[in-house]
Formats: sequence, structure tokens, C-alpha cells
Amino acid sequence: MVDRPRQAGAPMAEPQPLKARVSGLSFHYGSLKALDGIELPVFERRVTALIGPSGCGKTTLLRCFNRMHDLYPGNHCQGELMLYPDNINLLGRQVDPIAVRMRIAMVFQKPNPFPRSIYENVAYGLRVRGERSRVVLDEKVEQALRRAALWEEVRERLDEPGASLSGGQQQRLCIARALATDPEMILFDEPTAALDPVATSNIEQLMTELKQRITVVIVTHNMQQAARVSDHTAYMYAGRIIEFGKTDDLFIRPRMKQTEDYITGRFG
Amino acid sequence: MNDLRRASDEQGIARRIRADLLFAAVGLSCLLLGVLTLSVLFLEMAVQGLPRLGIDFLSSFPSRHPGEAGILPAWVGSLAVMLVTAAAAIPLGVGAGIYLEEYAPRNALTTIIEINVTNLAGVPSIIYGLTALGMFIYQFGLGRSVLTAGLTLALLILPIIIVATREAIRTVPDAQREAAYACGASTWQTTRDHVIPGAAPGILTGIIIGLARAIGETAPLIAIGAVTFVAFLPDPPVLGEAPFLSAGWLHAPFTALPVQMFNWTVRPDEAFRANAAAAAFVLVLMTLAMNGLAIWLRQRMRRHVRW
Repeated sequence: MVDRPRQAGAPMAEPQPLKARVSGLSFHYGSLKALDGIELPVFERRVTALIGPSGCGKTTLLRCFNRMHDLYPGNHCQGELMLYPDNINLLGRQVDPIAVRMRIAMVFQKPNPFPRSIYENVAYGLRVRGERSRVVLDEKVEQALRRAALWEEVRERLDEPGASLSGGQQQRLCIARALATDPEMILFDEPTAALDPVATSNIEQLMTELKQRITVVIVTHNMQQAARVSDHTAYMYAGRIIEFGKTDDLFIRPRMKQTEDYITGRFG
Repeated sequence: MNDLRRASDEQGIARRIRADLLFAAVGLSCLLLGVLTLSVLFLEMAVQGLPRLGIDFLSSFPSRHPGEAGILPAWVGSLAVMLVTAAAAIPLGVGAGIYLEEYAPRNALTTIIEINVTNLAGVPSIIYGLTALGMFIYQFGLGRSVLTAGLTLALLILPIIIVATREAIRTVPDAQREAAYACGASTWQTTRDHVIPGAAPGILTGIIIGLARAIGETAPLIAIGAVTFVAFLPDPPVLGEAPFLSAGWLHAPFTALPVQMFNWTVRPDEAFRANAAAAAFVLVLMTLAMNGLAIWLRQRMRRHVRW
């Protein structure tokens, strides 16, 4: 069902360095086990997709990467999520979640711009870090908006509220906000679930450009999207990773019957 | 009636429409009963009090002659007491509300505190008066002063402000908090930049409703010994010479509008009733003005905050 031309084929030949590795990760919401013994490599400057039916734990896994679970009480996790080249376990108690989020940005399912101007939305991450210089802010805001392919559309109206943009533009604004602080990794939680096909295609295009410099992890319900944008895919079910592999292999020659049933639409 | 209705449905539709109308009628009667009663009371008060209302009434001291008596010390006292109340209750209440929502760990102690705060909002005001009498006057020796009255009323409206602050904070979507945290913001940065601005209209409304409640309170002020016949004003807070500011007014004996009204209504002389009605009219206007201000500010601020 998936027929995708291999783009820029050559770089896949040499082994890609790891940006992160999840090992033995289990996660509980209260007494409910949401993740069970997750093993997952995340390769540097590649797109890794997490797919699977609703409730399989893919968003829970994604939110472990930037310690989003720390915001809510009553959950706990075991296992490791190593970040390279630092070789530090992001889930470790001594690791400050703010330090994690300074390096790993996130884009959410529903566009969630702040009720501020377009400029201030993008500048927020920098302001949080104490950046006061107007020159630096101007430069970084423009750079981030350019990388999010939004600059041409908003350059004349940076002072207008972020909410005045269309849904697809708002999501690109949120991507610009995430990019403004030069993250090493960016997490996408079903970023196009609330968007129309044209806006979706813009965001997908953007993702393939982003991986030139940044590691991307994306959760998606849309298998075609996973096939289009990702280099590696993990199929999850009931809190476990059933199969992980190069996207082409997983979609064309799935090793597991369960994976095949899901990606061919017989299940899920 | 129209061609769309099938004969078999006709009866069911008619019955449901009747039920709709019946409920609308019952609801409207309930509403009118309340509004009409209040309007009649307000009109009666206005008719009785308006002839007495005027510049003289607002600028005169009380007198044993009803025709010469005024409410100058009463409204100045109310204003001074409100200043102290606002200065004490707003930072404490808003701070406590923010802490409970954004910082407090979810444990048994927090739950006990939350339940108690909610219950405190329902404690009769005379209890606050007696508590203040024991604490501020006998323990801390603050005297029967503007300061004591202000702190007492602050205590009284503290739970109202805490509850309103928490309700307002809960209307800020988690998506906004998550967006801020995901940018690397700390809890305080998230709270200062997103939660407080988003909750501000609701917090402000809660503050003003709390102050409007405080300005009409009588029982606690009588319990702590408001003076009912005051023939002088507290020292002015601003002086013409150094150090320019004076705290003398805080320690002055005081009266307040509701206390003055209460004093007039218990007099045997009918003429004082008109004074009481006029004072009540002023008090109601002050309360309405505060509520109006709350609504206006809320609308104004809501225009800037849209998620």
C-alpha cells in the first residue's frame, strides 16, 4: 500500500549515530500500566514515527522525552531514556525537567499559540531564557519563522495576535516557537490531527526539511503520514513496541502479523 | 399546521412543545418573583431616603437632630476600612489561590486546607467579629481602630477571594501551561506569563465581589466595637510636611456606613428612618458601582485573552 520513492538515498548507507535510546522503560498512571518495557533507538537527524491504535501509549512515550509527565501528579516511570552525546538519563531524578525542555522542544496536537502577538509567541522561549536584546530576538524570531515556512506570510503582521492566523498557520507558528531556541530534538504529538490536507502537507514538507539539522520524533494516527515523513517507525500496541524498523521495511515487509494487520487496515 | 408533520408524530410534538412552554413560564415566574421583590424594596428605600440625600447629607457629621445628621464619618470610615481590607486580602487571597492551584502537592494536607478554605466562606460573619475581638484587640492590642476593622473584614473575604482565584485559574487551559513548560519555562514563569493573565478577569471579579460583600458587613464591626457616634474624621493619610505620609488614620476609632444605618434604624424617632434609608441608598450605589466596575473590567480584559 505504500509506494514511496527513496529521497536522497545515500546517507542511509553509513550507520547513523544515536540521539537517544529508550531502554526498559515502563510507565504507570497511578496503578494503570501505560508503557511496558519499551526499547527504542532514536537516530540523530532522522524522523522516528510512533504509530499504533488509540490508547497504545505512543503519546505517553513521546511525553517522556521532555518530562511532560512531571507536570501531573500520580504517575511514575522506571527505566532509562539516554540522551547522546551527553550520555545522561533524561528520566533521572537529578536531571532538572527544565534543562531537558531547554533542549527538547514539543509541538502539540492542537495548535496552542499564546494569546499574544505572533512575534511574542516565537520569542517566548528566548525570553524565558533571559534574552533581552532586541537585536538578538528580532534575528532569532525571523530565523525561526523562516524555518517554519511562515515568514513570508506574517512578516508584515508580526504584531497581530497569534490567534488571528489560520489553523495551519497557527501550527507552523507553534513550530517556529519550538525552533526559536535551537532545540536538538523536536517532538510532534499528532501535529496535523486538527488540520486540513493542504496544511498537513505543508507541515509534512517542513518535517523533512527539519531533519537536516534536528532529530524528530512524531506520534501519528495517520499511517500514510508515517510512511511519507519518517525514516524509522515503531508500531506500538497496549504499551509495548511490537515492531521497530526502517519505515520502508516495516510498511512493505512487516515481520509481525499484528503489524501487517494494522498497517493494512484489518485492525485498529 | 405544516406538511412536514406526520399524523402519527403530531401528538408527541404538541405535548413536548407544551412542556417547553410550561417550563419557560415557571422559570420566568421564579425570576420575576425575585427581581420584583428586590425592585420594590429598592424603590421603597429610594422614596424614603432620596429627600434626605444631598451634598449636606454626605458632608455632615451625625447629629441628635435627624434633619442635620449626615454620613461624612461613615463613608470616609467605610472607605478607609476598605483600603485596609483590600491591601490585606488581595495579596493574601490571590497568593494562596495561586499556590493551591499551581504549586501545592496533591496530598492529604492540601486536601484538608482546601476543604477548610471552602468551609470558611460559609462561616457567619459574627464569628469573624468575635475572633477578631479576641485576636486583634485583646492579643495584638490594635485597638478598636480602622486597622482592626479592615483586617477583620479581610479575614472575612479571604476565603471568597481564594475560591474565586482558584476557579479563575482552573479556566486557563492546560494546553497553555504545557505550551509554556515545553518552551522551557519554570513554574513561576508559566504562572506569571500565562496563568495569571489568563485568570485575571476572574480573579478581579472575585476581588470586587469580595470587597462588595465586605463593605456591607455590619455584625463583625459591631462585635469589634465600631463607634456609632463619630464627630471627627481620622487623620489624613497625606500630610503637607515631611514625612508626608501618616499612619495615624489606621489607629483612629471608626464608624462605617452599615453601622451608622444600624444605629439610626434602632432609634425610636421616625425621622432617623429616612436618614437610614438615604444611607442605605448610598451603600447600595457603592456596591452597584463596584459590581459594575467588576463587569466592565472583566469584559475589557477578556477581549485581550482568547485561547
